[in-house]
Amino acid sequence: MRPTSAALRLQVESALTGRVISPFRLREPEPTCTAPTGIPALDESTGGLPRGSLTEIYGPVSSGKTSILLSTLAGRTRNAEACALVDAQDAFDPNAAQTAGVHLEQVLWVRCRSLDQALRSTDLLLHGGGFGLIALDLADAPARVVRQIPLNVWFRLRRAVESTPTILLVLSQESNAKTCASLVLRLQKETAAWSLHSRNNAGRIFHTPSCLLEGWTSEAEIVRTRIQRATAHYIDIDRSSVSRQDAGKIVRFAVCADPRHENEPTLPVPSLARKKERKQNPG
Amino acid sequence: MAFAAIFVPNFRLQAVVRCEPELAVRPIALIDGPPPTYQVVAVNRLAARLGVAEEMTKAAATQFPGVEIRPRGKLQETTAHAVLLDVAWSFSPRMEDTAPDTVLIDVDGLASLFGAHENIAASMVSKCAEMGLTAQVAIAANVETASVVARALPGATVIPEGREAKFLESLPVHMLSLSEELCEVFERWGVKTCKALASLPVISLSECVGQEGVRVHAIASGNGVRSLVIAEPAHCFEEFFELEDAVEDLEPLSFLLGRLLDQLCARLAARSLAVRAIHLHFTLQPSFESAFDSCSEAIRKKELSSDYVCAIELPVPCRDAKLLLKLVRLRLQSTPPHAPVQKIHMLAVPSFPRVTQGGLFVPEVPDPEKLELTIARIAHVVGEGNVGSPQLMDSHRPDSFRMHRFSVASAYAQPVDRDGKMETKIGFRAYRPPVLTKVNLRGGRPINVAFLGRSGEVVHASGPWRTSGDWWEEDPWQQDAWDVEVNFPYETPPSQGFYRICFDSRQKKWFVLGAYD
Repeated sequence: MRPTSAALRLQVESALTGRVISPFRLREPEPTCTAPTGIPALDESTGGLPRGSLTEIYGPVSSGKTSILLSTLAGRTRNAEACALVDAQDAFDPNAAQTAGVHLEQVLWVRCRSLDQALRSTDLLLHGGGFGLIALDLADAPARVVRQIPLNVWFRLRRAVESTPTILLVLSQESNAKTCASLVLRLQKETAAWSLHSRNNAGRIFHTPSCLLEGWTSEAEIVRTRIQRATAHYIDIDRSSVSRQDAGKIVRFAVCADPRHENEPTLPVPSLARKKERKQNPG
Repeated sequence: MAFAAIFVPNFRLQAVVRCEPELAVRPIALIDGPPPTYQVVAVNRLAARLGVAEEMTKAAATQFPGVEIRPRGKLQETTAHAVLLDVAWSFSPRMEDTAPDTVLIDVDGLASLFGAHENIAASMVSKCAEMGLTAQVAIAANVETASVVARALPGATVIPEGREAKFLESLPVHMLSLSEELCEVFERWGVKTCKALASLPVISLSECVGQEGVRVHAIASGNGVRSLVIAEPAHCFEEFFELEDAVEDLEPLSFLLGRLLDQLCARLAARSLAVRAIHLHFTLQPSFESAFDSCSEAIRKKELSSDYVCAIELPVPCRDAKLLLKLVRLRLQSTPPHAPVQKIHMLAVPSFPRVTQGGLFVPEVPDPEKLELTIARIAHVVGEGNVGSPQLMDSHRPDSFRMHRFSVASAYAQPVDRDGKMETKIGFRAYRPPVLTKVNLRGGRPINVAFLGRSGEVVHASGPWRTSGDWWEEDPWQQDAWDVEVNFPYETPPSQGFYRICFDSRQKKWFVLGAYD
């Protein structure tokens, strides 16, 4: 006599009693908790950076990767979270970070001299736990070297960050983490804005290097996203209602050198080259 | 009133065995004295059974096969005495440091914490056992009775009030710590036990041997009236270990260090304290070559120190011996001693334990102990000075910062309420050290730059921005900085970027300081 499906189900459930709760129930994936990058345009489109996942941001030099990193670090440190920056090529500039609003005393900076050191340090930090953000900066490492990182390393990092409230952010020139990344952004620089033409008085001197360059616009393409839809009662992720359909979406955001009035629009780019006299850091 | 006496029998031997527990199951004899007339000063039960006795010469003791002859460990005795004091202070601050092997404690009022006197005595015995000492404890209504009975009877003894004489009557008079003259007098009189001494008339005794006789009579009768001389609590936590054969490998060394850390942490736990810093001092074995090589080249060389010193500071006080051992191991791995270790001196700087209470709405921060271990491991990978928090210096010199210790305490800062409308600032990636570049100028402005094997044309430049400083120091600096937008048309695909270049007026060279990103 052939057992019925109900009998089979009962048999399986009784065999798995105490080990698996409701083996036949389809478990809905939990909505991803995210943290904002501090760039409104990017946060609205991506929903923020997912916690417990690997996020990869890649692009060429001057595409805005570091600006996103500093903005995210500023947001996390303002929220009293401990952050770690694994700097593969020792390229982090504390001056620029403080200008961006990063609380430096809450950032653990690991200055590495090789890729191997960076990956080992990241692994140790992930297993240590407790960090709100761990950034692995491979942006200055030669792309051909980063390309040689075995895929199992990325899987290991993804596995280590899973089920933790940590954001693992990887900056690089090319996409390397492949399917291990829950969110992949490709950045590209668009137009730049210089303040030189507004420098009517040639005798004025600004010491801060950021005062020289007004800013530029970056284009961020969402290459891949696996951020799950969130219900309304998740306060932190109410803007993260994005899905895989958002892949391919392009977002533009501006990075600038000087503080701007809140009412001033972010885009279009020509607005960055404002005529207003700058008052910060006069020479 | 009630007083407890803790006595450690065969103290010299126990002090040595405490540091090397494996000696407890071997026949051992300690020798001391001016060389070459060494004499046996302590033997354990196994050695005594083989026939070794105190005051035997070293030559005689070595005739017994299987008996291990060790020198007396004065440092170990100092440590064992400190341990005994720690045990006493863990019960009450009212204690007297009577002798290296004896402490007296006022146990009045401890019933609410430890229960009856029997429980207090048992707790003292077990606490001593935890610290590696076998102790005899006695509790009595007066100090002298407790002290005498603790020396005489093994284990924990509680003498009910009024029955002191009963407990003392069978004890020999030499247990009362008499002077040699008094001992001879009592021997001549045939007074051998406390009962016999107590039965003597006090006035006649006073007439014969003076006030000393009256004092010992009162003690033998169980009527001692001496009060405690309260000792000040000490905060010195150190352990010593001297090795017969120098150790070179980290594995056996870490085994010994782990044992010392266990002992230190147990002592600190007894005093409700924690470790704030660990100071290690190794006495290294002098090398054979340096001792005998007197050639001129060897003399000209700078002699390496025969000591190895290192300090491990903890951001938060901790009492976890395993964690401390891992930190010590990592430190020794990164900076190992240059010669085999002969002697270990470990000092723990005590502090009050960390008392924190997590908040419901405070973001998660790394566990301080775990974080310290993680940082130590990372420091082992990337180097000691390459991990920490950056701290900006009060200087206009480019890229001036210093690294300081990352502490989780800073992460306990309360969240700052802001409206989240912070604009995105330009990020800057520094090149360390700055990259030497070749720059072509036209009309004083850069038109071409070449660095790192790349050549590009400047499409936009802004500058020069002259900065200088530290001209009053030995290392002044002066540079003209430019922000440039460079196109690299000869690359595939063509690329462009924003860079900061500068002309160093002192070196007369151009450098790329970094890239805007």
